[in-house]
Amino acid sequence: MRKVLILAKRELSAYFYSPMAYVIAALFLLMVGVIFLWGVRVPFLKIELEPVFRSGAESTLRPLFDVLAYGLAVVVPLLTMRLVAEEFRSGTIETLMTAPVTDAAVILGKFLGAFVMYLFLLVATGIFFTLVVVFGKPDWGVAGMGYLGMVLLGGAYISVGLFASTLTRHQLVAGLIGIAILAFFTSGLYLVVLTVPAEYAQSVAKLNMITYFADFSRGVFDTRGLVFFLTVTAFFLFISVKVLESRRWR
Amino acid sequence: MIDVKHLTKYYGRTLAVDDISFHIDAGSVVGFLGPNGAGKSTTLRILTCFMPATSGSATIAGYDVFKQSLQIRGMVGYMPENVPLYPEMRVREYLMFRAALRGMKSKQRSLAVDRAAEKCWLVKPEDMMRRRIDQLSRGYRQRVGLADCLLHDPKVLVLDEPTIGLDPAQVREMRNLIRSLGEEHTVILSSHILAEVEQLCGKLIIISGGKIVAQGTPDELRRQVSGPSRVIVELRGGQAEQMAKAVADVDGVRDVQHSRAGNWTRLTVQGAEDADLRQDVADLVAAKGYHLRELRREIGSLEDFFVQMTYEQITRD
Ligand SMILES: Nc1ncnc2c1ncn2[C@@H]1O[C@H](COP(=O)(O)OP(=O)(O)OP(=O)(O)O)[C@@H](O)[C@H]1O
Ligand SMILES: [Mg+2]
Repeated sequence: MRKVLILAKRELSAYFYSPMAYVIAALFLLMVGVIFLWGVRVPFLKIELEPVFRSGAESTLRPLFDVLAYGLAVVVPLLTMRLVAEEFRSGTIETLMTAPVTDAAVILGKFLGAFVMYLFLLVATGIFFTLVVVFGKPDWGVAGMGYLGMVLLGGAYISVGLFASTLTRHQLVAGLIGIAILAFFTSGLYLVVLTVPAEYAQSVAKLNMITYFADFSRGVFDTRGLVFFLTVTAFFLFISVKVLESRRWR
Repeated sequence: MIDVKHLTKYYGRTLAVDDISFHIDAGSVVGFLGPNGAGKSTTLRILTCFMPATSGSATIAGYDVFKQSLQIRGMVGYMPENVPLYPEMRVREYLMFRAALRGMKSKQRSLAVDRAAEKCWLVKPEDMMRRRIDQLSRGYRQRVGLADCLLHDPKVLVLDEPTIGLDPAQVREMRNLIRSLGEEHTVILSSHILAEVEQLCGKLIIISGGKIVAQGTPDELRRQVSGPSRVIVELRGGQAEQMAKAVADVDGVRDVQHSRAGNWTRLTVQGAEDADLRQDVADLVAAKGYHLRELRREIGSLEDFFVQMTYEQITRD
């Protein structure tokens, strides 16, 4: 366990050294800011979202979170694509895996490092929440559930992104694979539900991360959602460990 | 200390290491020598538990590299070829991280880092330990890699091509360092350069095409490699075939080849193992009244052998 923390710390500091992480963080905050202050309007896709922060609006970050759930499916894989792929590309995997650490510790450490980085980003959205608090009377329960949902969703997204990063030595490929998997679990499943026979549709719909997240962002605590996100996270971490092991076996 | 039996490794369908076996005693410096693609790095990667072999077994200090890899990783220091490091870290930060990964407590960690840095001459430009790794020269990266291996005072040091890419002065420093490390540790290193391992190592293992083609101390190998002695004679004064036949009839001569060297005939005379046929050949030449231009004994050098091995492999491929 101590080694997991040591690895996580190195991973986190690597973020602070890398310009890429700053670019992603800036992108993320820009996205949040735009949604918050100006809203999103893409008539072509029939997307119309009023600014979250406007007079007369409900004082909550909920619409923001709902959009972010999709936006993060792109941002998180960009944040995690480096994690394992870069070790293979630069060859440091060799020094890392010949030190007395297990594959599981390496994966957990990397997950934790990225997760803390993600939490920093989440904390940064607090600026906007502060505005909501100052200018309105938010429902603290809903806000709390919204943030809990974001934390759980983030964990699941990061484990998917980390998994994608174990598959290849090319960061960009890893990023794209991660985005593809997440796009499937967030948007792609809507299409699947429409095409499969009705009796399966319901079970397929149960795999959609957004459905569970929507409960949290509405302010409802749902144990099923909690279990779902934790299971997804654990599952992708598990197969990441397996892939990391098997890549050295070949 | 290190026991390898029938180790074989396939990468997919390419055979990289082909049924090799060897033994290494504690406290010796052993050199793996072989041409590019011989399977040196692959063998070292298996020994350091980076990847498992396809078949065969390997143990270090009684621990199995497949089943007890964590114990082995704890007592082996490994420097991969090309010395991979995290470019964004600072030297001290990197070494502290590696020491922590090895399970050292913070006070001990600092001491270990200072000690290793001093051994590898990382203390000299005063700010060296604070520099970013991606701004270091090749030689200094190499030293950082080596310092990393020494942090935990490992019983076994595995260095994959430790002197490649260094300037002559640094090569000499590195060799001295390895030699001094050999006093307390078991050191395994790989190299393409015969002269280097010949000087440094008590034992050489020459591998080519995934197989061990020779192993032993440099002296043993030299004897093994030179084989039967040869005498080279250049003469004239008769027909080439005749002269060759005359020399072939000398006692102790096993075989004679002849070739032209300008107006002269060159004979390559093979004798028994330790025989020196110069005297006998000279007597014959005098008796027959041939003119003699050159007469020398040739002992096959390790270098010849090594080049020949490399060459054979290239022609085989
Ligand atoms: N990751 C890999 N995947 C597939 N084949 C590999 C891999 N690594 C090495 N090989 C092959 O295995 C053989 C042995 O390679 P190895 O790296 O062990 O040679 P080496 O003796 O270290 O050579 P060099 O002196 O060039 O470092 C080569 O034919 C090489 O092409
Ligand atoms: Mg090599």
